[in-house]
Order: sequence, then structure tokens, then C-alpha cells
Amino acid sequence: MKIAVASGKGGTGKTTIATNLAVSLSRNGRNVRYLDCDAEEPNGHIFLKPEITKAEDVTVGVPEVDQEACSGCGRCGDLCQYGAITCVKGKVLLFEQLCHSCGGCMAICPEGAIAEKQRKIGTAESGHSNGMFFSHGLLDTGAIQTPALIKHVKKGIVEDEMNILDVPPGTSCPVIEAVKDADFVLLATEPTPFGLNDLVLAVGMVRRLDKSFGVAINRCDIGDQEVLRYCREEDIEVLFQIPNDRKIAEAYSRGEMMVDALPEYEKKFLQLNDKIENMVKTDEE
Amino acid sequence: MKIAVTSTGPGLDDQVEPRFGRSPYFVIVDADSDTMNFETVQNPNTAAGGGAGVQSGKDIAEKGVEAVLTGNCGPNAFSVLEQTGVDIITGVDGTVREAAEKYKAGKLTPATGPSVKNHFGMDGGGAGGGRGMGRRS
Repeated sequence: MKIAVASGKGGTGKTTIATNLAVSLSRNGRNVRYLDCDAEEPNGHIFLKPEITKAEDVTVGVPEVDQEACSGCGRCGDLCQYGAITCVKGKVLLFEQLCHSCGGCMAICPEGAIAEKQRKIGTAESGHSNGMFFSHGLLDTGAIQTPALIKHVKKGIVEDEMNILDVPPGTSCPVIEAVKDADFVLLATEPTPFGLNDLVLAVGMVRRLDKSFGVAINRCDIGDQEVLRYCREEDIEVLFQIPNDRKIAEAYSRGEMMVDALPEYEKKFLQLNDKIENMVKTDEE
Repeated sequence: MKIAVTSTGPGLDDQVEPRFGRSPYFVIVDADSDTMNFETVQNPNTAAGGGAGVQSGKDIAEKGVEAVLTGNCGPNAFSVLEQTGVDIITGVDGTVREAAEKYKAGKLTPATGPSVKNHFGMDGGGAGGGRGMGRRS
């Protein structure tokens, strides 16, 4: 089972929900694996305080040009959509930090003058947090190939265990990479015009990917009723609602788990999981 | 001898554009002619997802210009222009005509390094920082 906790808007409680869901299940005897795919700004470790036992460099292939063999034809630069390789006045210039590793320049070069070398984009760390598998990706400053790093973090998935994926915000390439193999996507939002606007975008994404999904509304008693109305009109299940509680905010600000500060939530997270597992079962049938 | 001036509009009396890679126009002025003969190139890279500086640098270098006059120039564009032997003069403002005249009079000195960081000119110019494109790719 793979549950991805995503959102359109950032700051709506993805990590709060993902970490507390993971811990609640783990404390109730499930084999849980928490994978923080928000490689640009991972923060699950602040709450889970894992012991990191393994750190691996994550690299991507980028071009390396043999200037001797290069004829200066410029086909590589004409092909590249990102300005990562360009040929000016017969001379090839490389900007490997802009490269998306499509391999097109290597394939199109008629002289075979372009080889692949590895460039480090970040680190994947893994370890344990109270008996639960933990892993996250740390993107290097200036690196742009977030999906490649997320792909590496996802290698920590074990199919017959419970995998909780903490997804980056938004609806862009890193998000797609993080949710595309999930059995279920839980979309965290807040009842504000911003929350709704970005929820609509996120719903569009998960529908396009044909995923089972539901909504969690954080700080559900602030703002307005528009998110609820949207979900009703679109026939989207609202699976979880967290009120705007100062105690939750205080625990969060200290890097503490919500289920420790307010133990009654553990049961609520288990119920949330039951609902999700039922929806996945129903969708499979 | 030709020079390229980044410009907000297509003519000599338009203002110098502060960005290089995403400049709307490049006005290529023949600095040898007293009449200021010029050619205008509309920049196809103004809305490029990424690599605007590299592509604009290549386009301008291939025009055979000796120098680029602009407001700011980021590291990638700077690298392309520098490696192809084009002088980069940053901090230029006023109209294209005024800038070209100052250059002809020898009042402008080439920059020795980029004046701004990557993605400076995103979101219409200004302090966009690197975050503007951060969550795409």
C-alpha cells in the first residue's frame, strides 16, 4: 500500500498528516515506511527525529564533449530546449546545471563526440524512527532535477508494507513523480480561497493520473465553506478535518508530534487509514 | 564594428532594457557609422522556460557584435558572451541612442563578471531570485 499525502497549496499540513498517520499506524503494529519526497524542503525529520544510517549521493547523467572530435555543427544546441548545451561560432559550450538529462545531444551528435558523465544533484538519506523506516531526499542548492532525486527516495518503497509518501506542494514535475505510483492520494488543503484554488489544480492532476483520492481539510473551522461546497459538487470525499487548535500549533512549533500532544488524534488517524484502505479496495473491485 | 543594446522597444529612442536574456529587443547599432545605422532583432527567448541567457547570448554572439550594452547580465549569458569574445557592459541606462553614443565616445568599460544571479530577470524584471522557477522542471 502506498499513500501519498499531497496538496496544491503549501503549508496546508501535508507533513503533519503524513508523519502523524505514519506514527499512528506504526504504534499499532503496522510495518510503516515514511518517505519524504519533498526533496526541495524536506521537514518530516523535524518531527520523526530519525537515526540516519545511510546516505547516498544521487547523480544524473549530463553531457561531456570531446572538443577534438566535435565538428561544431551545432545540432546538439539546436535540439536542447534548456540551453544546457549550445554551439556558438563552432564552439560547444556546456551549462550542465541546466541539463534535464534527456540524452538528446548524445543521440543526435553525428561525430559521437558527446559522452555521458555523472553530476551530483543531491543526497538520499535513510534510517529509522522508532522502528519505522525513514527516508528523505536533500536536493543540492542550485540543482533542478528534483524528480530524479525523488525517484531515488522511492526506491525505499516495499510493496507489502505501508508506505507513506510526503509529497512536495504544487502540481509540477516533482509532484507527479512522487504521486504517480501511489495507490491513494490524500490532498491536504485549508478552507480559504488560496486553499481552494490550489485544491482545484491538484484535483485536476490526480484525476488526469486516474488516482483514487480524497481531501483532508486542515484548520477546518477558519475561512469559508467554499472548499466543502466544491468537494460536495465534485463528489469528492472529505476524509479528515483538523480544527484550528492552538495546542496543535504549539506542538508543531516545538517539532512535536500531534498524536503526542493530543493523544486522541491517534484513533482519528487510524480511522482515516481505514477509510483510505476501504476506498482503495472499492476502487480495485 | 557592431554593438548590441538591449532595448524595451525596436528603435534608437527606446529605453535600454535592464535585463539581457529576456530583453524584448536587441538593437544592433553600427558604431562606425555617423548616422547610427541599426538593425532590430526581436528576442524569441523572452518567455523561455529556462536557459534564456544562454540562448540570447548565442544569438547575439552570432550577430558578430563586438560588445553588448545592457543593464544586468547573469552568469550563463556572461559565460557565453565572454567565451565568444564579446565585451559585456552592464549598468547602462537611458535611451539606446544615448548608450551607443557613450560607447562610441569610449565612456563605457566592460564588466569583468556577471552583475546579477541566475533568474534575475524572471517575472518581468526585478528581484525574482531563484525561486521563480524552483518548482518546475
